[in-house]
Amino acid sequence: MTSPSVARMGRARRSRNSAGVDVTGAIIRFQHVTKRYRRQMSPALLDVTCAVHPGEFVFLVGPSGSGKSTFMRLILREDTPSAGQVMVAGKDVAAMRSWRVPKLRRSIGTVFQDFRLLPNKNVYENVAFALEVIGKSRSQIKMAVPETLELVGLSDKADRRPHELSGGEQQRVAIARAFVNRPTIVIADEPTGNLDPATSIGIMRLLDRINRTGTTVLMATHDAAIVDQMRKRVIELDEGRVVRDHVRGVYGSYR
Amino acid sequence: MRIRFISSEVFAGLFRNVTMTIAVILTVAVSLTLFGTGLLVRAQVNTMKDFWYDKVEVSVFLCGANSDPGICPEPITDTQRSELQAALENSSLVEQVYYESSEEAFGRFQEQFANSPILENVTAAALPESFRIKLYNPEDYPAIANALSDAAGVEVVRDQKRLLDNFFTVLNGMQALALGVSAAMLVVTVLLVANTMRVSAFSRRRETGIMKLVGASNYYIRLPFLLEAGIAAAVGGIIASGALIGLKVFLIDRVLSPTFQFTAFIGWSDIHRVLPIVLATGISLAVLAAFFAIRRYLKV
Ligand SMILES: Nc1ncnc2c1ncn2[C@@H]1O[C@H](COP(=O)(O)OP(=O)(O)O)[C@@H](O)[C@H]1O
Ligand SMILES: [Mg+2]
Repeated sequence: MTSPSVARMGRARRSRNSAGVDVTGAIIRFQHVTKRYRRQMSPALLDVTCAVHPGEFVFLVGPSGSGKSTFMRLILREDTPSAGQVMVAGKDVAAMRSWRVPKLRRSIGTVFQDFRLLPNKNVYENVAFALEVIGKSRSQIKMAVPETLELVGLSDKADRRPHELSGGEQQRVAIARAFVNRPTIVIADEPTGNLDPATSIGIMRLLDRINRTGTTVLMATHDAAIVDQMRKRVIELDEGRVVRDHVRGVYGSYR
Repeated sequence: MRIRFISSEVFAGLFRNVTMTIAVILTVAVSLTLFGTGLLVRAQVNTMKDFWYDKVEVSVFLCGANSDPGICPEPITDTQRSELQAALENSSLVEQVYYESSEEAFGRFQEQFANSPILENVTAAALPESFRIKLYNPEDYPAIANALSDAAGVEVVRDQKRLLDNFFTVLNGMQALALGVSAAMLVVTVLLVANTMRVSAFSRRRETGIMKLVGASNYYIRLPFLLEAGIAAAVGGIIASGALIGLKVFLIDRVLSPTFQFTAFIGWSDIHRVLPIVLATGISLAVLAAFFAIRRYLKV
């Protein structure tokens, strides 16, 4: 959590500091956030208030439909809250001008359950794509991609197409793509949802390693075994409300 | 901006759906050919107007021995004639005046009807003397006619332009029709390009989804689509330009011009003026159509 000195410093200066955190030192902050989708009776998120600090590893748990994906969509500004504020790196995401949104997303790596790889590109090209489309130079790409493939353990499969890889390997490619630009936050929405338990553990180790480089990791999951094993902070949602926020949690209600 | 990356995206887009690309190119080519033809028809009508209106004259026939006694009680006097000539020469509407005597009129008549039996019944005295006037602007005829028709010694004022006007009414109609058809074709082109780009954006939604996710700018996401539309339109435009040049070389220069020698035809300067308009219109319409078609789909 916040070190008191950082918090005091921030409050004293009444400004956002250069590390991209807000006055309380949080990198992600939800303040009384409610999200209602159109033509939907009950809200997807209801008065959610919580904060994630730089370098934290946070599990977002809860049953299907409890609002986990919505939580992440609001961070990425794929959608805006109906009420309340979502602050990322000290900036009000909903108030951001749309031409600034790409910059926000460059600071957040995203991983999904369904991998979302390009089938006609090989592993190297899939990872390089993320850098090409934000205008990185070829030399930067040539440096960063092999380094990241090394990190995820796929150096020897750089020229394979996604369909030639196992599910776990495909997810590693997706993680490499999310991390290749060295974002400050990695968001993973049920990254192990399509994987068997043994493979899932490998993915968790990888996310843990990424977290240990100082990257904030926020992971939505159903998987009680993983949550219990990792002993990280757990935020539990139920019908859009935060029902639990434990610093070293277990999956709890699902056991 | 990474040119290599963008160009590979553009070519991937163009070749992903070759049939669609060909459809766009052909539609653009056909509609731009029609559009260019419309512009050339317009230029042709203007060329003909210049050519003919340059030749038309206003004739002021003067009272003579054979004039209608109701209008001309007696033949024009020398004073009246010189006053009339002075007035015409001083008019700001008149570019040129020359006098044609009865003898000169008879000479011209003889030339025109050299082999006709009509000549036997005509003598110099039967043809009235006249002033032939060239106006700066042929449209000013009514002002001259009003001023002259009541003047003493003038029998009648005739304007050759009247005859041409009917002819040009028909040509103006053709011109409007040609422009109307080409405008309709341009609308068809816009709709087709818009639809094609929508399909293209849809078939690449996976790529664009990932691009948005990793923070590619709008510019970077849309540019390949806009370039794709622009390139297809440029290829269509080049084909259309070829067709228009063919029209000039084969139809106008080889067939029409030798056949209809009484009139002038559009020259290369008109082609040089029309081709850039055709290309620019095609490319910008296609790019705009693509921009508005994909804007909704590719919004961050
Ligand atoms: N785009 C959407 N439009 C309308 N309703 C949605 C949309 N996305 C999610 N929802 C609804 O919001 C609620 C929360 O969904 P979601 O955030 O996907 O939950 P989770 O990821 O925990 O399964 C659900 O009731 C779902 O039906
Ligand atoms: Mg979900």
